[in-house]
Amino acid sequence: MLAMISQLTIGLVDLAAAFLFMYGLLRMASPVTAPSGIFVAGLGMVGAVLASFLYAFSVSAAAAPHLPLNIALALIALVIGGGAAWWSGRKVALTAMPQMVALYNGMGGGAAGAIAAVQLFGNKAPGATELVVTLIGALIGAVSLSGSLIAWAKLDGVIKNPLRVRGQQAINGLVMLATLAVGGYMVFAAHGNAESAIAMPELIYLFFACALVFGVLMTLPIGGADMPVVISIYNAFTGLAVGLEGFVLQNPALMIAGMVVGAAGLLLTLLMAKAMNRSVSNVIFTNFGATTKHKQGAIRGELKPMAPGDAGIAMRYASSVIIVPGYGLAVAQGQQKLYEFVKLLQAGGVGVKFAVHPVAGRMPGQMDVLLAEAGVPYDLIFQLEDINEEFSSTDIALVIGANDVVNPAARTDKSSPIFGMPILNADKAKKVFVVKRGEGKGYAGIVNELFYGDNCNMVYGDAQAVLIKMIEAVRGLHFQAAA
Amino acid sequence: MDFQISITGFVALYIFMLAAFAGWVIIGGVPAILHTPLMSGSNFVHGIVVVGGIFALLNAVTVQEQVIGFFAVLLGAGNAAGGYAVTDRMLAMFQVSAPKKKHAKSDNVKVVHAKKG
Repeated sequence: MLAMISQLTIGLVDLAAAFLFMYGLLRMASPVTAPSGIFVAGLGMVGAVLASFLYAFSVSAAAAPHLPLNIALALIALVIGGGAAWWSGRKVALTAMPQMVALYNGMGGGAAGAIAAVQLFGNKAPGATELVVTLIGALIGAVSLSGSLIAWAKLDGVIKNPLRVRGQQAINGLVMLATLAVGGYMVFAAHGNAESAIAMPELIYLFFACALVFGVLMTLPIGGADMPVVISIYNAFTGLAVGLEGFVLQNPALMIAGMVVGAAGLLLTLLMAKAMNRSVSNVIFTNFGATTKHKQGAIRGELKPMAPGDAGIAMRYASSVIIVPGYGLAVAQGQQKLYEFVKLLQAGGVGVKFAVHPVAGRMPGQMDVLLAEAGVPYDLIFQLEDINEEFSSTDIALVIGANDVVNPAARTDKSSPIFGMPILNADKAKKVFVVKRGEGKGYAGIVNELFYGDNCNMVYGDAQAVLIKMIEAVRGLHFQAAA
Repeated sequence: MDFQISITGFVALYIFMLAAFAGWVIIGGVPAILHTPLMSGSNFVHGIVVVGGIFALLNAVTVQEQVIGFFAVLLGAGNAAGGYAVTDRMLAMFQVSAPKKKHAKSDNVKVVHAKKG
């Protein structure tokens, strides 16, 4: 009786959870409803987790003696894992969002892999179909775990440079083949008639080891600016792994939630790749930047440095300014100072807008969050296709810490590695100020013609320091006016 | 009566297909400005894997299964809690300018006046 009631309760709660997840994501379609969306999804999660303890009433006879210990272990794991992640998620700086998302995503992949491992070691996937699905889920989950951890290390600065060796693709291919071979042998050994030469547990270890190594090898050569694609892919991977393990556990809530996320991750991955005008496989398998042997045509013009204060005052007397933020702004933590400066301009009657490129930053939409954190209202933030026409009628474009996303070579130079990538047409503004730390090249390793243009001035320095000087200069104007 | 769920073969494929379709359509409606919270929000949603972890751990028989099951719950709980915490934090920051703008302007005016005085 108890077992039946608990099954019914779990079934109903999980059904509600699956609905709440989708409804919550649906509410994310607008910044107004989005906060309630995540709350709704959170309710579903809490309900599903509480209900899952009712599984205690229907455990197998073999597991029954271990039940008190297992329940205690589950509670401890929930408190430690949930508590630590909650605390870190609340504490961490918002500029560190990409690595936190990568980290939490890796944990999800690891959890899916661990569930698969329990099923495999306990021989709980009896049918051939279940075994194959378990193995595929285990593979994807493990790759997502180790790959996300490498992505986290890169984003957090633990690993500084992309690691590339000769014949990397061949090595990766071999490791992948080895993983598939081990997995195939496991299915053959379990369901074929032949006697297996290697014991099953050893095969399971070998399988997970290969999959984890593959995730590491796949992510190591990928550079920082390609991270939006990588994070999206691993998000999709974890979702897929969760969905597949959901099938093995006969849990439709896991299947639905996992597959919804899998599709979402895939969509974002394609959007990001499109924003770079590159295919997903090109991002993953080509060593962009470092290997580019691109002969650039002679560039006319010269770099014209300008003092931050002068640039600030020039913007104060402009009638319209579009600001193009890039990863450099996040690195310098300059978002608060930027909005302080913008408010000064607005107080003086200058029309200010923000133009955000889809792949600016290290994850999809990172610039939007950065600006939101500083308090910039979201109706001042415009996406590429919505604002690109406006540059030509704008007095000043202020480019802060962005480079490749405003390089006109993407429009004009057919031999350029970034040719065809949609860019922000900052060069078409009447005047362009570029805030940059030094004269270095962008991620793609190509010279930016924009910087040499007649209408362009370079403001060298750390974004935050430069903005402080701009604010001081514009405030100084008020003093003069008052005197 | 038995409420045990049994999903086999094509039923599973139908569930996957419909869920993937729903995910694609739902996410397609999210504007680019919300892509980061969307990503961490969907990241939170696959934290439901913790439920699978609890199921596996409660049914664990050997010490090995208990250890791996413990990590499944630990990691899954981290995924869910962390995903929720960062998404909620980010979404709370998105604000419209209408009321906010007036406020910001009056602040600046005050600053200027104060300096004049």
